[in-house]
Amino acid sequence: MRLFSDTWLMFKRSLGLTFRQPAWLIAGVVQPFVYLLLFGPLLNSFSGMPGFPPGGAFNVFVPGLLVMTALFGSTFVGFGFIDEMRHGVVERMRVTPMSRTATVLGRSLRDVVVFLLQGCILVALAIPFGLTINPLGFVVAFGLLALIGLMLGPVSYAMALVIGSEDALAPLTQAIALPLLLLSGVMLPMSFAPDWLRTIASFNPLYHATLAIRALFNAQFSSPDVITGLLTTGAFALLSIFVASRAFNRRTA
Amino acid sequence: MDSNVIETAGLRRTFGKKGEIEAVAGVDLRVGSGSIFGFLGPNGAGKTTTLRILATLLPPSAGEARVMGYDVAKDPEQVRRRIGYVAQSGGSDPRMSGRGELVMQGRLFGLSGQAAKVRAQELLEAMDLADAGDRATEGYSGGMRRRLDVAIGMVHKPGLLFLDEPTTGLDPQARARMWDEVRRLRETGTTVFLTTHYLDEADALCDRLAIIDHGRIVAEGTAPELKKAIAGDVVTIGVDGSGELVARLLEQQPFVREAGVVDGAVRLYVDDGEASLPLVLRLLDGQGLAPQSLALHRPSLDDVFLRQTGRSLRDAA
Repeated sequence: MRLFSDTWLMFKRSLGLTFRQPAWLIAGVVQPFVYLLLFGPLLNSFSGMPGFPPGGAFNVFVPGLLVMTALFGSTFVGFGFIDEMRHGVVERMRVTPMSRTATVLGRSLRDVVVFLLQGCILVALAIPFGLTINPLGFVVAFGLLALIGLMLGPVSYAMALVIGSEDALAPLTQAIALPLLLLSGVMLPMSFAPDWLRTIASFNPLYHATLAIRALFNAQFSSPDVITGLLTTGAFALLSIFVASRAFNRRTA
Repeated sequence: MDSNVIETAGLRRTFGKKGEIEAVAGVDLRVGSGSIFGFLGPNGAGKTTTLRILATLLPPSAGEARVMGYDVAKDPEQVRRRIGYVAQSGGSDPRMSGRGELVMQGRLFGLSGQAAKVRAQELLEAMDLADAGDRATEGYSGGMRRRLDVAIGMVHKPGLLFLDEPTTGLDPQARARMWDEVRRLRETGTTVFLTTHYLDEADALCDRLAIIDHGRIVAEGTAPELKKAIAGDVVTIGVDGSGELVARLLEQQPFVREAGVVDGAVRLYVDDGEASLPLVLRLLDGQGLAPQSLALHRPSLDDVFLRQTGRSLRDAA
């Protein structure tokens, strides 16, 4: 089917272009390492406090960092897309029979692969600090991270397509990414938050994703957080792909 | 399908919230198969907008356009399969190799991996890019990048290729080279529809052309036909500030068909250039005016443009 073959072509092309430069690897290693080294110890003193989630500090902290990696790895992708637009690549491909959904999906899957690789590095780095993982939990958690990428990436691409300039895209992306981050409980657990803040956070799919990934790392497969996180993120991912795909189709009418 | 690869009727495109900016204001066009068709006009005349409508990138606000037998608004997918499109800014990623872009384009048009590779090699050789094929395109010269753009547009052997300002920004050698490539495409039966604001390009390269200004086609035909419509010769007289006065004076003479001031010089359309020169000189002398220069030439496409729009294409562009 056209959608699958075009998505695969677009995915391979974008991934090849990303791997051509080592920037993704540097960003992927340096940033989490700095967090682990400079923020992790601070969190250690919180563990054991009433309200702190089960598991060691790093089993609370690393799932949050993974969600953050996914968030940053998929909300700022529109900037690279604007660059492609500027070089006429996007327009050139619009005058082919290429599936418009594949335009978004191929690139988003590339972003997912990139931040999942960064996530693997992060997990490997965190094990010496005291992170414990369950293999199945790890796999499902990474599947959930992929869904986060498919939820946020297509929106970023659609915004880039419609807005078309970095200057306007930057503040808008910030305005979306920052509350998503703060209301997800990735830095400090939301269990410390006052009720009203937690109520607002419960509307944030990333909040549920973070809870689900924490449960998965602790092998609590029967926790309701797992299914809630998967379903919420999955539903939003589908919605996001649908909306972005419509935007790309309409733009090309 | 009939022999016209492009047919438009009353094509319009407006921009702005209330549609107050009219970029294309009713274009009727018929382009036959197997020729080089030029769209000549100054910047902002509506050339690119028309081209983008025909290439399915922009829906028309009104009117109809059929390209390769299909309606661009109702059946864009069918149109896209049959046309190649090369934007003015090109369309290759600077990080990709020329070969990589050609293979990708071939795959998007449904070629198998193997077939796309074979086709890429074919085009790299035809466009004299074989040596540079595996290098990133950011290292290409302007001419090389342009040839790659054309190659990308030709991957699926379309019957119709759109080229938006194919030689803008190229040095003279690269430009001549591009003209050769375009002529070669015609030999293989491809219809080429190109836009240009260069008079010599329209004159030398295009079998037929349409002159567009302010979103309207003001003249259409072969270059000789268009020039023939301006009967006689053109006399240009360089004068010192008194251009309007001289033009008005000469306009009244029986041997002058038309007179005007362009770029500060007086321009006369006369039946017989050689015979008119002494008459012009005598007349100016009689008024105590001495021309700084005097030139006689056959009408050019610029004269055609001037006649239709009242402006010189050189000023407008």
